[in-house]
Amino acid sequence: MPFNQKIFALLTCCMVFAVTINLVRKRKLHEEYSVLWLATSILMFVLVIRYDWLVALTSLIGAGLPTSTLFICSIIFLMLIAVQFSIKISSLTDQVKNLAQENALLRAEITECKLPYRNCEFFKSSSDS
Amino acid sequence: MSDVLILIPAYNEERAIGRVIENIRGVVGTTADIVVINDGSSDNTSGEADRTGAIVVSHPYNMGYGAAIQTGYKYARNKGYLYLVQLDADGQHDPSCIPALLAPVVAGKADIAIGSRFLGSSYRPPFIRRVGMVLFSGIVSLVTKNAVSDTTSGFQAFNRDVISFFTSDLFPVDYPDADMLIMLHRAGFDMVEIPVKMFENSEKKSMHSGIKPLYYTFKMLLSIFVTLLRSREKTG
Repeated sequence: MPFNQKIFALLTCCMVFAVTINLVRKRKLHEEYSVLWLATSILMFVLVIRYDWLVALTSLIGAGLPTSTLFICSIIFLMLIAVQFSIKISSLTDQVKNLAQENALLRAEITECKLPYRNCEFFKSSSDS
Repeated sequence: MSDVLILIPAYNEERAIGRVIENIRGVVGTTADIVVINDGSSDNTSGEADRTGAIVVSHPYNMGYGAAIQTGYKYARNKGYLYLVQLDADGQHDPSCIPALLAPVVAGKADIAIGSRFLGSSYRPPFIRRVGMVLFSGIVSLVTKNAVSDTTSGFQAFNRDVISFFTSDLFPVDYPDADMLIMLHRAGFDMVEIPVKMFENSEKKSMHSGIKPLYYTFKMLLSIFVTLLRSREKTG
């Protein structure tokens, strides 16, 4: 691997790692979303430092060049992070739906309570005691 | 408070909702309560429903048909209703069929009664929709080992066990149709189909119109497939 290419790749990995750690430190990024960023930057760093491992992996997956392997790793990382976000968005969609439904039901309950002593569980239980 | 709740999900139906509620009252009188789920309407659906004496629950924004009926189920569960009948707010469903729909559920012969517009009727939807309906009713009939002719009917009646089941996150809020029926079957609920009359509504676009059938077909096939892969969901 050409020296300048190696330096650029190593600096990029260090920068991604450092920026991710800093974002977590500032609480702008949750730890659960930093795992893939940190793991990928460490993996890429190791593969650049240990060039023989990168060559072996390249041969294993049938890529043409070691740099192609690094690109493939980047693409896989982007796919994994997109899946992680899709899972989280699905969960948030359910949570928002449930909250909105609870909001609607509570507002209806309050409206019923505003009607004097009619259909309001609070007043019924108060009058029973 | 009655044992029966009539649930009407409504989105921008200020022109029809008052008449629908009055027609329902003409059939059920005071033997059932009526709740309208106003799904973020931009018109006066809420005001019209309130004027005719229905209970109104309003979403803060439009969330879709599935979320609206699930809000109704949660309302029914919270209030302790024993039975629920749901029908559309546009006047397509004939309220005179409500007693026939409720009868098998109240008698304990079924947990859910589905109003079918195809049983003993000459109703014929457009060709593309008919192909989809035949496909999904065939799949549901095969899986449930029970002839089901109308998998997209919003005219249904069920008991409190089904109400409770539908209030969970298992309920498919986008297009709760064939996959929901399969889910109910796998959870051990008994279904029956009752012939009902539905009126044509040429003014309004169906929620299955336009480009949506493509997504609908994909979603339904995927949902049915994963439902069959999951372990049977327990009831109660």
